[in-house]
Amino acid sequence: MTASSLPGGQSARLRRLRRDYFGSPLAVLMTLLSAAVIAWIGWFLLDWGVIRATFGADGTQETCVAHGGACWSVIAVRWRVILFGIYPYEEQWRSALACVVVGVVILLSCLPRMWSFGRLALVWVLGTVIFYTLMRGGVLGLVPVNEQQWGGLPLTLFIFVATGIIGMPLAIGLALLRRSEYPVIARVTGWIIDTIRSLPLLSILFTCAIVLPFMLPGFLIGEKLYRVLFGAALFFAAYQAEIIRGGFQGIPKGQEEAAKALGLTYWHRTFRIVLPQAFRLALPATINQFVIAFMETSLIVVVGFMELLAAGNTAFKTGEWKFAYAEVYVFIAAIYFAFVFGLSRYGAYLEARMNVGHRKD
Amino acid sequence: MTGPSFLRSRAFRRVTLQAGFVAGLLLLVLAATLTARTNLATQGLTSGFDFLWKSTGWEMNFSLLPTTTADPYWWYLLMGLMNTLFMGTLGLAGASVLGLVVGLMRSGRNPAARLLGTIYIEIFRNLPLILQLFFWYAMANALPAPRASIAFGGALINARGLYLPGLMVGPGTVALAVLSGLVGLGLAIWVLTARRFNRVEPRGQRRVALLAVLAGLIGAGVFVVLGHDPADAWVTLPALQGLKIDGGFRIQPEFYALAIAITTYGAAYVGEIVRGGFKSVGRGQMEAAAALGLSSWHIFTRVRLPLAFRAMLPILINQYVWLIKATTLGIAVGFSDFFMVIASSINHSGQTFEFIGILMAGFLLINFSLAAVLNRLNRAIALKGHQTTGSA
Repeated sequence: MTASSLPGGQSARLRRLRRDYFGSPLAVLMTLLSAAVIAWIGWFLLDWGVIRATFGADGTQETCVAHGGACWSVIAVRWRVILFGIYPYEEQWRSALACVVVGVVILLSCLPRMWSFGRLALVWVLGTVIFYTLMRGGVLGLVPVNEQQWGGLPLTLFIFVATGIIGMPLAIGLALLRRSEYPVIARVTGWIIDTIRSLPLLSILFTCAIVLPFMLPGFLIGEKLYRVLFGAALFFAAYQAEIIRGGFQGIPKGQEEAAKALGLTYWHRTFRIVLPQAFRLALPATINQFVIAFMETSLIVVVGFMELLAAGNTAFKTGEWKFAYAEVYVFIAAIYFAFVFGLSRYGAYLEARMNVGHRKD
Repeated sequence: MTGPSFLRSRAFRRVTLQAGFVAGLLLLVLAATLTARTNLATQGLTSGFDFLWKSTGWEMNFSLLPTTTADPYWWYLLMGLMNTLFMGTLGLAGASVLGLVVGLMRSGRNPAARLLGTIYIEIFRNLPLILQLFFWYAMANALPAPRASIAFGGALINARGLYLPGLMVGPGTVALAVLSGLVGLGLAIWVLTARRFNRVEPRGQRRVALLAVLAGLIGAGVFVVLGHDPADAWVTLPALQGLKIDGGFRIQPEFYALAIAITTYGAAYVGEIVRGGFKSVGRGQMEAAAALGLSSWHIFTRVRLPLAFRAMLPILINQYVWLIKATTLGIAVGFSDFFMVIASSINHSGQTFEFIGILMAGFLLINFSLAAVLNRLNRAIALKGHQTTGSA
């Protein structure tokens, strides 16, 4: 009892904990309710996903229903369909390798040491070329595989990478045009950006897939996949341009004026002084936008591509596995979650790192 | 520097660059239009908006007012737009309420509640919306057949849908009643935010707004009573008749799956915005309120919430516009929203460009008016001396 009157120490922490958890009747109710819900969810997941679950490729509907829990057999049997879609079975090692390449590219661009236009551009372009060569084949003795047969995780990653690699330069261009000193150019670009931003991404993908062929001369039509990619990149660019513009607004006017006074040209001012600072300010929002872009790759299911989600849908839509939809979706969700959660945690880490030294209030 | 002096003149560059930019864009549009025209001509399609008055010949699986295959395209488009707005309103309302709860849990002091809020947000925010939608839809379809419906409180649920007890009135009546309620609500918002009433005493302003809402509700009640056929019973309960359900009011799996998906996903984002809003309220404000002797309830409702709300609103506007756009995912499960009606119309009539134009116009209209209303609200509630951070 005497110890509890001393400030600090273990008992003070205990007292604070007691106040937070059981300080008032309302707090007690909240604590009990929340704890009960968390415990129930945890127990349900453990019970369903592990204790009563069926593992191994030999499980069938009967054995799974008899156990009463999750039926992971569907994953054990159909995982290659979920991950690689209808890519030729003997060639699926190329899909797997392509995924690793993209993973390496993403990891490399997360290292602060790589943050210069030249290095990032090199890594991403090189990564895309290797990915494309692996997937498409036709050279180096690889069997050619048509884009129509691409599917699963590699397709999802390809859309993500291509959206970034086309969308980012486009976004920089749009952002620069929008802050142009010529009012007509700035105004018109603003209208274009606002219009794209107020349209749903799905309608843009749909237009690119179905309507664009009418409007293009024959030699420009190309594969549906690339048209859809262009649409996704355009949408990404419209949002990213606004983020970069936010970054521009955070830079003191003196920076550009000083550069001008030193006699730097427009290109030098923009690419050496303004853009690097704008990107630094816009970094958290940019990573957030990449996270959203990753999640939105799944929308191309609607225009008929077999990316991860659609491949998962086909995995349980055969008669024998029809009951096991939850297991397949949990498996896909885990893949998405790993990517998205990792990226957004990284964004939060960067934000905290950047705030060191100039903390507000 | 070589060349004639006018090339170096600023005014000259100014004019040529801007004119060149606009001309380039116009040329691009012109080239696309001309190509499209020749391509359509070879397929024997004519352009123009006459098709709007032709009957569609296909069915719409969900609409607020009755539709038949003989209805013209413009009616279908209108119904699709109404579906989108209806789903959007439901989704926004649901996401706001649930998001407020989650955000409050996240910004409270109780660690257990905070953990629960964090789990919710991390799960729902880090998975693609369409994946969540597919999951809910698969779950709705995996429910037992009508013969083995699950019953709760007068309602039934099975693989065919959710059957709720319904009022015995026609859809036209319901539409009128809802319209009346909305007019009342709109009037109230106008009275509360319009600059014209700035000098009216707040208490009087609030009273007029309350009266407007009441009048709208009474109007709705009158419409319902007038529209009800006296020969019928007031309420119809769903019940099993042979192999199917009779009576009641059926909500399709497509509809409630999409509503659940948008609500839960939106709530995760709204929750984070709410938390950010509460975080932005200075500790000094609350301490000052406590020093003045306000009760904790009053500190929350009169100081913390209003200040936090002002910080949230600009970001919420963007999130709401995003959520309205998310209703287009209905096409993935077969809910007839505006986008799905457009897509099926293109398939059936081939009038591609007209429909894409209507689609763009529709979404620009919805999003710009939503942003305009909310920005107006944002300006109306902004504190004097603070910067208004409005955005489209």
